[in-house]
Amino acid sequence: MPVIKIENLWKEYRLGVIGHGTLTHDLQSWWAKVRGKEDPNSKITPMLAGQEKQIEGDRFWALRDINLEVKQGEILGIIGKNGAGKSTLLKILSRVTAPTKGNVKVKGRIASLLEVGTGFHPELTGRENIFMNGAILGMSKQEIKAKLNEIVDFSGVEDFIDTPVKRYSSGMHVRLAFAIAAHLDPEILIIDEVLAVGDAEFQKKCLGKMQDVSKTGRTILFVSHHMAAIEKLCSRCLVTAYGTTSFDGDVKEAISFYLRSAERIFNSRVLPENIKRTGNKEIVFTGCAVEDEKGNQLEAVASGKSVILAFDYKINSNKPSLKNVCLGFSIHGSLGETLSILYSDFSGVTFSDIPKKGTFRCRIEDFPFSEGKYMVGARLMVGRIEADWPHEPIGSINVQAGDFYGTGNVPHSGVGPVLLRGSWENLA
Amino acid sequence: MASETTVTKASDEKWDLILKPKTGWFDIDLEELWRYRDLIGMFVKRDFVTLYKQTILGPLWYIIQPLFTTLVFTIIFGRVAKIPTDSLPPFLFYMAGNVMWGYFSQCLTTTSNTFNTNATIFGKVYFPRLTVPLATVIVNFLQFAIQLLLFLGFYFYFMVKGVPIQPTWWICALPILLCQMALLSFGLGILLSSMTTKYKDLKFAMAFLVQLWMYATPIVYPLSQIPDWLLPYYILNPMVALVESFRFMFFGTSAIQLSQIAVSWSVTLLIVFAGVVLFSRIEKTFMDTV
Repeated sequence: MPVIKIENLWKEYRLGVIGHGTLTHDLQSWWAKVRGKEDPNSKITPMLAGQEKQIEGDRFWALRDINLEVKQGEILGIIGKNGAGKSTLLKILSRVTAPTKGNVKVKGRIASLLEVGTGFHPELTGRENIFMNGAILGMSKQEIKAKLNEIVDFSGVEDFIDTPVKRYSSGMHVRLAFAIAAHLDPEILIIDEVLAVGDAEFQKKCLGKMQDVSKTGRTILFVSHHMAAIEKLCSRCLVTAYGTTSFDGDVKEAISFYLRSAERIFNSRVLPENIKRTGNKEIVFTGCAVEDEKGNQLEAVASGKSVILAFDYKINSNKPSLKNVCLGFSIHGSLGETLSILYSDFSGVTFSDIPKKGTFRCRIEDFPFSEGKYMVGARLMVGRIEADWPHEPIGSINVQAGDFYGTGNVPHSGVGPVLLRGSWENLA
Repeated sequence: MASETTVTKASDEKWDLILKPKTGWFDIDLEELWRYRDLIGMFVKRDFVTLYKQTILGPLWYIIQPLFTTLVFTIIFGRVAKIPTDSLPPFLFYMAGNVMWGYFSQCLTTTSNTFNTNATIFGKVYFPRLTVPLATVIVNFLQFAIQLLLFLGFYFYFMVKGVPIQPTWWICALPILLCQMALLSFGLGILLSSMTTKYKDLKFAMAFLVQLWMYATPIVYPLSQIPDWLLPYYILNPMVALVESFRFMFFGTSAIQLSQIAVSWSVTLLIVFAGVVLFSRIEKTFMDTV
């Protein structure tokens, strides 16, 4: 039985012209139009390759003709690059904004799990905030009253329940917010991981709660960049790209489809602008590639050969020189699982007084991975402080079967991703 | 045949909620608003309880504000400028106007900022947006009730002291008057709130506009001082009839006429209508423009 039915859903945003806020700007635009000049307020947004389809004059289609049916009890994972329309879809489902065309039919109450801390009023007590928050999420007073004791117990803040929330530690704050969410019992739960700001423990708790909830026959929509979590929890997966669904079905297939499509951006060495990244940006990655000794970019490498990973960087900091720059990278398998992480300071190497722009290179001898596609993530630290950490892979390694053992016995992908070289003996 | 039955079955499916593009010009779900009445209650409680929390004088502020404004008015407009007050004690005259104007201006400034103040929460959770301005109007009404009691206290004090003031039977219509006052504040508030989302300049103009408007309303002077040629335009300001009827109910002295009250009601209803229509248009897509 479907609980959500999305039919021909389109969502349009205007680029620049509408809603630039102040009357002066509107008058400016109008004056420019009168004189036949270019509107000074229409902005040109940076385009992604492939995004042209989404732009039509001054209109931007964040969602283009989405059709989707979600059955009761399904845990639907939604993956896609930033700007692919995931969040817009969730915004429409949670009624924060309205669709432009098409419609969405819903059975039961929808709530999003990680939005609950919002609406806490610091001056009100924990108890009052429980009622406040419950009401915002659409519960009636009776419903909240019936669950009050459970919520308070679960939150573990009984002793402070009549203290204003502003005196709470951040941990208590989160626990209380989560307790309310955990007892909301909506028929459809929306979880947008991007919005999860809690610590690791809290995120774990959320994932645990999701598993519990799904057992009770509720429907969950889960947006995440965390492929392992998607694979573990979801029963079906949707891949979005440029505002439409590009894949819908089996979770494993969806993830590999997504990763394959994500690879296309690595055709060029330069990193796209719109990847999500954290750090103080003193020094940032600008590109990533697999190279040969002479610095030529390679399409593919072979197992057992030496491989050079090159990371282009740029220093933004005004400091005369950066000290103790440490570079780390990770290699991921087809499902996004981490296979290995290597930081330069593992082997005692850090860089100081490097040029403003350049390339870090790391040479790996006897490349120990079997044939397949691998993703490369990377992170830059300056004196133990994070400078740049793209939250998505920034490069890929295309590995072909190679003579790893030096015997002509070429290992195929069936032997697992990591290749070992052993020496054998027989003892009596 | 078989396929036909399945088709009807599918269309018969009960959906609790259908999200569609904004359609038509009136799209307010009153039933849903009623379901969220607990939320309105919570908002009211929150705003009422937390407004003066951690201040030394606390709820006394509800009384101090109108008291001081009235005193200032009495001194400046009564003693210094010597503006006539329809032969009423200036203090009472100004207080009557002040209490009403206080409600109106407070509602207006708070409500007109609805979308901006609540942008974060509106951007994350759905609930009928009208709950917020409704709660504001109610909270301010509680404040107004306290100030009305204060006014009544002085009213009886002056009566006991022998000042010749007499309520008229029209005082029974006070609830209707207050109802109009709340409606007007609400309607104008949401009308302006819808406009401030697009034109942020309005936010800055508000304080200034409210001030100007006060002088276009018989707060510091009586209606009887308005020259005849101006009167037809003057009464288009719906607050005029409100303030003057209020004075008429309590003092029996006012130049207000029934026809003028009718004009005021018409303008009020027009504003409420325009406000609700505009608000319902803005509330669905406001997050895209903020």
